[in-house]
Amino acid sequence: MASKTKAIGGGRSAGKQASGHLERRAAVIALLGDTNDDDLLFVTGLAGSRSDVLEAVGADCKRVYPLSGAMGAATSMALGLALAQPDKRVICVTGDGELLMNVGTLATISILNPPNLSILCVDNEHYGETGFQRSHTGLGVDLARMAEGAGIQAVRTVVDEADFDEAAKLLRSSNGAGFVLLKVGVSDPPGVARNRDAVLNKAWFREAVLGKA
Amino acid sequence: MAIDWPNELYEQLKAGGVSQFAYVPDAGHQVLIDRSLADPDVHSVALTTEEEGVALLAGAHLGGAKGVLLMQSSGVGNCINFISLMKGGNFPFLTLVSMRGDFGEGNSWQIPMGQATKPVLEAMGVTCLAAQSAQDVAPVVEAAMTMAYQSEMCIAVLLTQRLIGAKSFA
Repeated sequence: MASKTKAIGGGRSAGKQASGHLERRAAVIALLGDTNDDDLLFVTGLAGSRSDVLEAVGADCKRVYPLSGAMGAATSMALGLALAQPDKRVICVTGDGELLMNVGTLATISILNPPNLSILCVDNEHYGETGFQRSHTGLGVDLARMAEGAGIQAVRTVVDEADFDEAAKLLRSSNGAGFVLLKVGVSDPPGVARNRDAVLNKAWFREAVLGKA
Repeated sequence: MAIDWPNELYEQLKAGGVSQFAYVPDAGHQVLIDRSLADPDVHSVALTTEEEGVALLAGAHLGGAKGVLLMQSSGVGNCINFISLMKGGNFPFLTLVSMRGDFGEGNSWQIPMGQATKPVLEAMGVTCLAAQSAQDVAPVVEAAMTMAYQSEMCIAVLLTQRLIGAKSFA
């Protein structure tokens, strides 16, 4: 992996390096594919993963609940949603820093093994929002192995475009909890603007899913 | 005749539409946990830490389901930042807290969090309703469910050690 080490972009991430080489925004968009599907719901972590998803699905899409705080909450929030809506596919998109904050949730999800829940972890090996400090995953911690250790059966690590097809299928159709670790380079793509009001976003989401606020 | 309040409480929650029971194992909630595990109509969610349950209930509400978080008072301290999500989003939040460090506590390790449970919850905007006796449980939980699920409040029902008894460390 070291031969592929490359820094992407400037700004806050300038000079930072990770073992991955994929560009995060393009990779997330490619993995999520066509998101124009009423039965496809998203919960995102804060910061980078939030903007990645909003660009992929459209900033005004109501079928996404983006967090701007409560770091570590995205995966368990997605679990509650997946249990409540068994006929819809729930994809949680989070980052390495956020997942590390509540990595035990992988165990909680594994033992319930909901057939309609998958997790996409965008791993840039840094805490982007706070100034690109190196995270544990840049120092040998492998979240895909932690997911496997938690007992999640469908686990893939994406390091190249060649891995996209299989991982995209897993995100959409794992028959049991699915986990995709997306190894990316360090970049700082522009944030996507969307109202951060948590009540408004809740009302939008419930209107889209339940037909009522 | 003694009131079988734990079993009645389970029936009351289920009749109120609760379909997600999230918990960290606890002796004070044993009946609720065991009933939810044995019930094919509900999801029984064993957590690794209590804060997962807070976010779980927000997700449940997004999907139109009702949930309850069962925890011991020591777990309240693990939840505090995630209550930002519930308050910020006006998500319904109902937790049943089995108290330690309370009436008659004999393990000093339980005292700091037990004594701080109510002020810490209130500092985050969670309204605390205490059940002191078996007769209290049903009316307190009924009020709590209405306030949480209809008024989208954050409500903690404190199941006090006067109700559940103090664990013996003699």
